[in-house]
Amino acid sequence: MATANTSAYVDGYPEVVSLLCGQSLPWLQQQRADALLQLTTHGFPSLRDEDWRYTNVSAIDKKHYGVALKSASVAIDSDWLKTYQLADAWSLVLIDGYFSAELSNLNGLPEGVTVVSLAQAMQDTHYSALIEGRLNSAVESTENGFVALNGAYFVDGALIYISSKQVLAKPIQVLHIATQELAAINTRTLIVADELSEAQLIETFAGLDCAYLSVAVAEVFVGQNAAVTLHKVQVESDKALHFGGTYVKQARDARFRHDNFALGGLLARSDVHTDLEQASECELNGLYLGVKRQQIDNHTRINHLKPHGISRQLYKGVLDDKARGVFQGRVVVAEDAQKTDSQMNNRNLLLSNDAEADTKPQLEIYADDVKCAHGVTVGQLDEKSIFYLQSRCVDEETARNMLTFAFANEMVDKVKIKSLHDLILGQVLTRFPQEGINKEWL
Amino acid sequence: MLSIKNLHVSVGDKPILKGINLEIKPGEIHAIMGPNGSGKSTLSHILSGKSGYTVTEGSATYQGKDLLEMPPEIRAREGVFLAFQYPVEIPGVSNVYLLKAALNSIRKHHGQSEVDAMDFLTLVKGKVRLLEMDEKFLYRAVNEGFSGGEKKRNEILQMAILEPKLCILDETDSGLDIDALKIVSEGVNSLRSSGRSFVMVTHYQRLLDYIKPDFVHVLAHGQIVKSGGAELALELEEKGYSWLEDAEASA
Repeated sequence: MATANTSAYVDGYPEVVSLLCGQSLPWLQQQRADALLQLTTHGFPSLRDEDWRYTNVSAIDKKHYGVALKSASVAIDSDWLKTYQLADAWSLVLIDGYFSAELSNLNGLPEGVTVVSLAQAMQDTHYSALIEGRLNSAVESTENGFVALNGAYFVDGALIYISSKQVLAKPIQVLHIATQELAAINTRTLIVADELSEAQLIETFAGLDCAYLSVAVAEVFVGQNAAVTLHKVQVESDKALHFGGTYVKQARDARFRHDNFALGGLLARSDVHTDLEQASECELNGLYLGVKRQQIDNHTRINHLKPHGISRQLYKGVLDDKARGVFQGRVVVAEDAQKTDSQMNNRNLLLSNDAEADTKPQLEIYADDVKCAHGVTVGQLDEKSIFYLQSRCVDEETARNMLTFAFANEMVDKVKIKSLHDLILGQVLTRFPQEGINKEWL
Repeated sequence: MLSIKNLHVSVGDKPILKGINLEIKPGEIHAIMGPNGSGKSTLSHILSGKSGYTVTEGSATYQGKDLLEMPPEIRAREGVFLAFQYPVEIPGVSNVYLLKAALNSIRKHHGQSEVDAMDFLTLVKGKVRLLEMDEKFLYRAVNEGFSGGEKKRNEILQMAILEPKLCILDETDSGLDIDALKIVSEGVNSLRSSGRSFVMVTHYQRLLDYIKPDFVHVLAHGQIVKSGGAELALELEEKGYSWLEDAEASA
């Protein structure tokens, strides 16, 4: 098995340096140089890496993806954009990785809340204290080749800061839109929620009908007793490659929830890592729907570092045709993390004989007084249920769609932001159509 | 309404029903009784279209049409209703959603327009009261977490709303306490009409105290070994099934 080649990205780097943000920050230049070195030395991950044993990334070798130029972006239809841009949220829009002030909606942000382009923030000393020391500190420098690629190459992104005791009235959305064929789009998002703040955040990834490479890294710092919910809605083009990582640091008593909807992309991989300090809680939810030849991978890692932490994970997958889904969940309970309470569940529904689900829950427990559980299922639709619905006048195809939809809808239902809920519900219903459905009754 | 002639049914190579003959006219209530393993449930399954059974001989004609040729949902839309012995739990699908999907399928099948949302709710809520159910049931997932009695009541609720012509009750009394049995029976009795027929499959005579059948048939070893009026059920209660099985064996 050949390893995907990084040389194009390493050799081509000097040509694109001028496009990158934060040129005036020496510490950032050092980090970028380190990342490039990491990419040069270790390359892209291969199937020999334990965390990548189910993810063959050689697809990136089949096409040459070049750094997107801002000037080459394709105009976007405003109705198309409305499908993804939530009307009742503040939104920061990135087109091919670059901030678009015209398309963003950041009016009326309360005092003490910052939502700004990362590239702009890096030119403003006002934000230096927020960025320096935090950027690249939640993500491990040796993480993987795609994080390294992102670290070297990111052109822009978002900085979101919620000051202490702020409770956001509206959600904040970072909307990533890809418009260019063969574009390599590297973005970085930095989220800082100070103590006792509360926020609902959304990352949405969508694209026009073209082949591109989207690499997005988000770092989230949840302060003491703060509560952050981050929704990731990945509806990339069905020709796109998506590598997304969310790296979280939770302070004492912090609560973090991640709702991960992986619906698009040809090959889409998502990593969610979080470190829990004393008595902090995290909830990681996921739904992945694969059709045709899609491969959708989800990898989570929860590090319980201190006592009394609570973690809950539920990932559900529906795989049809020749699609493949992967769930690798790893929970590490440090020696000091006594009284940890952790549950991990992964449920897969296979709709075709050629679909595949690979699931691997891992518990590493170094403490002796903990409660940890995990459960995994891979199954098919229940024939008894199908017959029951048929005996109630529902044709077989609709019955199958109703049951599949119901399986997936458990995850959709967890989303409490109405516009976001409707967006995701619409996407899921398109996959599993049911005639005359009344959304109010679901 | 329903005419079953010389019906033979196998599961795999094993014959279960060995020549059933049954005529059911509109408005009649027939009770099918018999010991465990006699083929009672197979009969209700084959009539409602459950897969896994092979008809090797004979026919079942429903309102002049070949019932056995129809897929289960077409039978249901044509007015055949099976009340399940073990109603299936369907997490994530609410009762009210299933009811509306079912009712609209029937209406579409008969060339009618979709039911108006307000009319539908009025209809459903009326039936809910009739069966002494809580309206909250409507918005819960189908049978999920329901007690045995609630599940059976839910079956009768569906029946009351879909207004079938031929109702097959498969062991409806199993798992019911006496109060639930009364409510379910009253629900069934309120649905009796000159145009609607019932086939009640039951092991015990108890249900027949509340729903009086016109005919009682005893099924043993895949055949109807005795038919009679309501009084036959009482005789079975007293003597058990063995005298009939013995009689059949010696015949």
